[in-house]
Amino acid sequence: MATLFRGHVAEEDTFIPLEGEQPLPSGEDILVSLSVFEENLDMLRSRNSGRLGVLLEAGEELESLSQHLDLIDLIGLDFPSFADGRSFSKARLLKERYGFAGEVRATGDIRIDQVGHMRRCGFDTMLITHAPTVKSLTEIKDPALFVHYQPALQRPGAAGERATGPRAWTRRTA
Amino acid sequence: MYRYDQFDHEFVNARVAQFRDQVDRRVSGALSEDNFKPLRLQNGVYLQLHAYMLRVAIPYGTLNGAQMRMLAHIARKYDRDYGHFTTRQNIQYNWPKLEDIPDILADLASVEMHAIQTSGNCIRNVTADHFAAASADEVADPRPYAEILRQWSTVHPEFLFLPRKFKIAVIGAPTDRAAMQFHDIGLEVKRGDNGGLGFAVYVGGGLGRTPMIAKKMRDFLPEEDLLSYCEAVLRVYNLYGRRDNKYKARIKILVHETGLEELKKDIEAEFDRIKDSVLKLPDEDVRAIEAYFAAPDFVELPATSAPLEARKASDRSFARWVNQNVHAHKRSGYGIVTVAVKGTGEAPGDASSDQMDVLADLGERYSFDELRISHIQNVILPHVRLDDLPSVYDALRDAKLASANAGLITDMIACPGLDYCALATARSIPVAQDISERFASLERQNEIGELKLKISGCINACGHHHVGHIGILGVEKRGEELYQVTLGGSGDEQAAIGQIIGRGFAANEITDAVETIVNTYLGKRLSDDETFVETYRRVGPQPFKDALYPSVPEAA
Repeated sequence: MATLFRGHVAEEDTFIPLEGEQPLPSGEDILVSLSVFEENLDMLRSRNSGRLGVLLEAGEELESLSQHLDLIDLIGLDFPSFADGRSFSKARLLKERYGFAGEVRATGDIRIDQVGHMRRCGFDTMLITHAPTVKSLTEIKDPALFVHYQPALQRPGAAGERATGPRAWTRRTA
Repeated sequence: MYRYDQFDHEFVNARVAQFRDQVDRRVSGALSEDNFKPLRLQNGVYLQLHAYMLRVAIPYGTLNGAQMRMLAHIARKYDRDYGHFTTRQNIQYNWPKLEDIPDILADLASVEMHAIQTSGNCIRNVTADHFAAASADEVADPRPYAEILRQWSTVHPEFLFLPRKFKIAVIGAPTDRAAMQFHDIGLEVKRGDNGGLGFAVYVGGGLGRTPMIAKKMRDFLPEEDLLSYCEAVLRVYNLYGRRDNKYKARIKILVHETGLEELKKDIEAEFDRIKDSVLKLPDEDVRAIEAYFAAPDFVELPATSAPLEARKASDRSFARWVNQNVHAHKRSGYGIVTVAVKGTGEAPGDASSDQMDVLADLGERYSFDELRISHIQNVILPHVRLDDLPSVYDALRDAKLASANAGLITDMIACPGLDYCALATARSIPVAQDISERFASLERQNEIGELKLKISGCINACGHHHVGHIGILGVEKRGEELYQVTLGGSGDEQAAIGQIIGRGFAANEITDAVETIVNTYLGKRLSDDETFVETYRRVGPQPFKDALYPSVPEAA
């Protein structure tokens, strides 16, 4: 059982994960793997209802999607284990480098103690299965720090983190 | 030295509160050991063979008297009355109770210290030359840059779950006293063609089971680009470093497998994209950090000191200590004192609470309230008046800290080994103690001259054996401890990895083998001035092999 969080608020996950050979339903929000996305690019391009999400494994490269970002509403970045931090860098690159305006979602093995880091790297939502983490987030028991020694995600107009610290590189969460 | 402002205090206090909550959850059972592990590691807490171990950062090895006294207090109150100074300018406590650790961290925070990122797969304590701002050969003090890197790397949200640990060292002089080329990133402060400050950047050095000397990525990186360049290196490493095998996960393997030129292209491309972003260092902020490290109020003094000369003339032990443990200072009338935490038969780097208190007093009284920890596991008093050396020596001698062996064979590095460490395959400390006792005679040590001996109790090489002039690696073979010997390694600016000399030695043979090596050197050296490593470089391994393995027939 997974719960989708935007901040501390649980919300309904409208995206339906599709595997392999299934026909693409129209009118629904769908979530496909990178390989399904690449194999069905033309069909996905011509689809005119329902939103499109692509789930990227930790070992898959962002560059594969960079030409098609205008087609995509959501990119899921996976954490196959707590210790695999590749998706932190990818979230930043998506928002900062590629200017991706859609939803960046964390999936996989996510613990409460990482949630603050994910937000700072640009994740909008998190799909969480770890029950104690769901509980902590629901109860707003979030151990994240509010003072930071480095700027994280650079997004024009991003709210929440300000350069009010004593030095150019320090930040404070409002 | 750096002092916390309100922001820094707020940060460490919040971090202590955060970890207290995590420990509470662990103790109550809400957090399993599996889930707790990455959290405790990022706060310096290991689970060793017999107990938890806490590793406290001493950023770039600089601390004041009050901080040293707090380290003593922690050893006395929460541990077994001693601490262990490490090769990465940290101190380890071997017996703390988990429930006490939040209180220890709070005590540390009260003197502007922490244990953040002293372990785990993240950016570790940034190290620097222990003679910084005291040696004459320095271009600039490396510590302001180490402090800026410390801040930037602390709880960096993108780089807390790297493929493997990541170590950065900064030196400010052409002489490398920090094994800079054996770090994931090594920085040498230098001046560019236009006279501005910046860095030579080395990437991909390391010891462990695949020792590698770092490759030069940049001959000159301007000062303002320090953080942007490091962020580019870390991002490339985080994305592309291997995660399938922890022994191939360090950036040195990425450099090796990708090839220097190609990886350099990736790093430079990433750097180009971010170099004009918010990470570009404003000059006034660098100067403000630098101001914390302003020189103390040195006074004009003559180059020679009458009290020093008088005592040297009347006290041979003192004269020997001055000769061996006091290095030239950039200011006339001052000296840099190395306190060798290497008493005969003691575990290298272990200091008692009382000894730490004495060191705190001496730092306050005679060295402008400043002390250093060296990567050779010694304590440095960086700015001592030559006139004060007799008083400093007497106090050190009373505390059993006056070993006159800095740079000599018994001033060795040894890891904790199988006596403490869960990773070790053999004991290190008893080997170090045995060698220390065998070579206890200072006459003999002086006759041998400069010789860096380093001992690791397993292939992870915490004891830096690869860069020892004589390196000893303890392994386990068929239930027995076996010690392999490497020769010719060097961790300074003439970086070299030692070569394995032949089959290993049993625990009861290794000290004899070291003696054979030393005697072979003494027989081969051209003069008393030719050091061990110079002789080794000239004659090569064969004479040592012949002496160590006399029954093995010569190769055709």
